[in-house]
Amino acid sequence: MVRGEQATTAQPRTVRWAYAPSRRAAILALALVTLTFVALLSLAVGSRSIGLSTTVHALTSYDPADPEELIVHDVRVPRTLVGLLVGVALGLAGGLMQGVTRNPLADPGLLGVTAGAATAIAVAVLVAGVGALTGYIWFAFAGAAIGVVIVYGIASFGRDGPTPIKLALAGAAVSALFTSITTLLVLRDLDTLNALRFWLVGSIAERGGDIARDIWPFILVGTVLALACGRLLNGLALGEDVARSLGQRVVRTRALVGACIVLLAGTATAAAGPNVFVGLVVPHVARAITGPDYRWILAFCAVLAPTMLLAADIAGRVVAPPRELGVSVVTVLVGGPLFIALVRRRKPVEL
Amino acid sequence: MATADVTALPARSPREIVARAHAASRARPRRVCLVLAAATFAVFCVSVSVGDYPIALTDVIPAMLGFGDQATVIVAQDLRLPRAVNGLLVGAVLGISGAIFQAVARNPLASPDILGVLYGSAVVAILVITTIGTSFALLYGGALAGALAMGVLVYVLAYRSGVSPYRFVLVGMSLGLMASSATFVLITRADIYSAAQATVWLTGSLNSAGWETVLPTGALALVLVPATLVLSGRLRTLQLGDDLGRGLGVEVERSRLALLMAAMGLAGAGTAAAGPVAFVAFMAAPIARRLTRAPLTLVPSALTGALLVLAADLLGRRLFAPAEIPVGVITGIAGAPYLLWLLARTNRVGRGG
Repeated sequence: MVRGEQATTAQPRTVRWAYAPSRRAAILALALVTLTFVALLSLAVGSRSIGLSTTVHALTSYDPADPEELIVHDVRVPRTLVGLLVGVALGLAGGLMQGVTRNPLADPGLLGVTAGAATAIAVAVLVAGVGALTGYIWFAFAGAAIGVVIVYGIASFGRDGPTPIKLALAGAAVSALFTSITTLLVLRDLDTLNALRFWLVGSIAERGGDIARDIWPFILVGTVLALACGRLLNGLALGEDVARSLGQRVVRTRALVGACIVLLAGTATAAAGPNVFVGLVVPHVARAITGPDYRWILAFCAVLAPTMLLAADIAGRVVAPPRELGVSVVTVLVGGPLFIALVRRRKPVEL
Repeated sequence: MATADVTALPARSPREIVARAHAASRARPRRVCLVLAAATFAVFCVSVSVGDYPIALTDVIPAMLGFGDQATVIVAQDLRLPRAVNGLLVGAVLGISGAIFQAVARNPLASPDILGVLYGSAVVAILVITTIGTSFALLYGGALAGALAMGVLVYVLAYRSGVSPYRFVLVGMSLGLMASSATFVLITRADIYSAAQATVWLTGSLNSAGWETVLPTGALALVLVPATLVLSGRLRTLQLGDDLGRGLGVEVERSRLALLMAAMGLAGAGTAAAGPVAFVAFMAAPIARRLTRAPLTLVPSALTGALLVLAADLLGRRLFAPAEIPVGVITGIAGAPYLLWLLARTNRVGRGG
């Protein structure tokens, strides 16, 4: 009897706690405030610390004569913007990728994005002799798009079309193929290795305003489309047959998600290299906060991922000056233990 | 095809029908195994025969056994044979290990290389390379110990009144990524020669493989492979899910622990011998499953892995000869197109996975 009572009182509470809409909205608002704060911090902190009042002044009424304002305006603002854009894109792409493959191991680079971009850069450096980061960003984007198209093409053969399991397997296999080709190219030529070595670390350092200008339209379109995908992914999560019987066009949904992934993950990877961990982990964190509803998961991804990316970038700047630690290394080394603690504490919401 | 035969025959008793269907479903894996074994043997022989000092294919088997002129025997026994045997062993243990991981975690992406678990051994190995230099015993022992330590750590951290496959996968993924990040930091801090050496080790290479790596890896395989084969019946039940497995009377948690530890040991033995050869553990089982059309395929996975590594090493040696490309560079090129072709060809409902 006592056990029965406990069950009835305890169960609704654990289910309701975080999933109530008002609560979720409140947490989302809190996350947005945190993001704003971290973004401001990213403008102020670095090898030269700049006061918040100077930072705000540089934003509101910029004075080029002041060297501190110059740093904020020319270096930190573009870097922070790129971090924000890339973070939003990676978070959303990770959420979409896990939703469409229904695999908790799916990262934003899974469907051939990272490997395709890397191969394209290797080819660009080797064949076209492109040297600068701004030069091969378009090659990287094209490579990512080609990777996703091949994965979708191969997974679409057969009566069922691109089922989650075929997408995941085809993605990993295409990545394996491209990775091998890249390694082969890199081994033949030291310049290519050198160019790729730094890109592969994953970083938003030294990204200027021109990169932010190049990528924002892609990420804006991708973000709008992705946020509209939430309802469709909720349907897919019930299983293909149920989704179809609810009137959803499953094939069209998967194509739409694929297009979003090209826009978001492709652009982010081209601009900042592979930052696997953010896109892999943030959807799980979002799922732990909101429950299984993808409309909320995606909204949280879009806010939590840039927060994590910028915070890690700041930490990478201050941890061992004057050298910087790449943002992807920091996210993994700091985020890893935290994520394991989260996974251990909560019963994970399975995909 | 075979099932069609069964239904076409006049049925005598239900027991007989079931027995025939059972035999038919086992015939295909057996045939596939035979073909794979024959192909592996053929590539093995070719791999011993070609090189700067070619040995005629007809002389290969006598030379391996010690017959023939002295130079041929020395080249075959001391240079080519240990390399080929190493490739065979490494491919087989990585293939089995990947199959077990994917089955226990119920996730086709959960192989030790995609999950990053192999980076447990990589951290230790790179630490050895960048600080002490290449001492074979330290490198081998360190890599093996790293893999086992990683396995225990993943299991312990994922344990919370039992290890759910989902938690196992998430913890393994995080720890693997942490280990790989640490590896890359170590490489950037090292001098360029150690860094180059570390990079070759990380892609997986049989260039320095000798009899001294065959012995420990072979011994481990000799113990662990039969153990996994004995446990494979339970693996089949684990694939159905924890609740169903428990309902069928399998000690789910203990079986899972034993299988994972065996798989970690195999992965460690393979990695210690040749480095984390890329994508072999991931690709062997999906290819084998599609060839055999069976849900669980430890022996075919082992054969597929061995064939993949041997073929990739052969390609790596001959593609830009006399330059040798490390085997891990080629494994993706050798295996991925085939897996993709198999994926594209599966057109029947339910065979998509």
